Amino acid sequence: MSDLNTQAVSKYGNNFLKEVEACVEEGDMVKMCMQCGVCSGSCPFGPHWAHPPQEIFMMIRAGKREEVLTSDSMWMCTSCYNCIVRCPRQLPITHIMHGLANYAHRLGLAPKNQPTRQFAKLFWNNIVQTGRVNELKLSLGLYFKDGLASGIKTGLAMKNVGLGLMKAKRLNPMEIIKGHGCKDIKGIQAMVKKAQEIEASRKGYKAA
Amino acid sequence: MAKKEYAFYPGCSSQKGASASNYLTSVESMCKTLDIKLNEIPDWNCCGASIGYAEGGELPRHVMNARNLAMAEKELAGQQVVATCAACWLSARETKERLDHNSTLRNDANEALKEAGLQYQGKAEVRHMVEVLVEDFGYDELKKPVVKPLNGIKFAGYVGCQTNRPFGIQGESFENPVYLDKLVEAMGGEAVAYDQKVTCCGGALAFSEPEKAQKQIKDIVESAYDHGAEMIVTPCPLCQANVEIYQGDVNKRYGTKFNIPVLYYSQLMTLAYGGSAKDAGLDGQLIRAQKLEEFASKK
Repeated sequence: MSDLNTQAVSKYGNNFLKEVEACVEEGDMVKMCMQCGVCSGSCPFGPHWAHPPQEIFMMIRAGKREEVLTSDSMWMCTSCYNCIVRCPRQLPITHIMHGLANYAHRLGLAPKNQPTRQFAKLFWNNIVQTGRVNELKLSLGLYFKDGLASGIKTGLAMKNVGLGLMKAKRLNPMEIIKGHGCKDIKGIQAMVKKAQEIEASRKGYKAA
Repeated sequence: MAKKEYAFYPGCSSQKGASASNYLTSVESMCKTLDIKLNEIPDWNCCGASIGYAEGGELPRHVMNARNLAMAEKELAGQQVVATCAACWLSARETKERLDHNSTLRNDANEALKEAGLQYQGKAEVRHMVEVLVEDFGYDELKKPVVKPLNGIKFAGYVGCQTNRPFGIQGESFENPVYLDKLVEAMGGEAVAYDQKVTCCGGALAFSEPEKAQKQIKDIVESAYDHGAEMIVTPCPLCQANVEIYQGDVNKRYGTKFNIPVLYYSQLMTLAYGGSAKDAGLDGQLIRAQKLEEFASKK
């Protein structure tokens, strides 16, 4: 168990709802769920959730901490916001799912090889490098996440798409050397670092 | 018509050599006709997109957007911020709402922004280009510069998610928004009845969960064909990319023979306003819009 996780367990004990309210984005709205299931029925990836949102909300209230945080369910969110606009109680479900995924990721409990978790990490690290997305490095990073052999295989499978995009001037091979970026990248990185520090202290992420 | 001016947030995908560079080409042509001046926010950065939450968390994601807004307030005072990308708009607007309604979050954001020498005051509204067209101009105004109506061409208006939910365009229904159909019709085209108009394309999960996303894309494209559309039109760069790029993969997976062009509303408008194929960025299509290329070459 990570230090952060041990710390959270000792702080909140069996009260997982309280923990979610304190540490998860929009977590204080979880208790408002009335279990109608509209969110689960509205989700484009609904069938792929081991526990759809409605179930996750009940599990939080029932204190099923480990089952929730180790689940890959929240990682199925495509950010389509269907659940938000349809929820009769106006729970910001998309944000809660994002918040739960982020929290599980931070505690080291989220499934290790979950592809969206890996991609999300690549994406964020990509943008804070230069301030803007480097689409080529992002795609290659994803293809090669499981090593060279599978990277080459995926790369070849995606070859036609890549060539088509290059032909249409929507992919620039030179991005591998020098991509687009912000001038004040130092300021951006300092700003993000500061924001991370503030968030950690606000949500009690700091390991004891 | 008086010249309209906005602080412009183009977003990463619209940059030269990036996946939606042809969107920007057509937006620039369209704005020229409508006498809209877009002043790029100096040194803008990525919004964090819809996938930034997992590693970025809450505050770091908001400060990325707050930096753009603070920069606009400082350098382009008095101008509203306009984004063309659906995800850029959603992220920036979400940040604005959060910071404007939560003083703790706002103070925290400003403390972080100090590191970049900026301060967020919440002065600038955040809008999508579609809002500018629909609200600041209106369909009748947009119709006026039409010199070559897209007569007889059938389009499936694929609105997708992020210009429609959670904020949406004012006065529109989340389940059946009609602004895109109306824009198509204003340009003289025919908007077919299209039941998948607000279906999610999989978003960023098209990269990480290709199988699951491609099922969505299959539904979106299939319904366009079923309803007699010759082309799909959308306001979102990621919708455009996903629905166009993966048609080959969908064909392999499902044995379909999809090959339908996917355009931006701004491309249709550029053409209807008399622009060339190049002005409309038609050379940026992976699946060429042959009919529109022929249309553009006709006087």
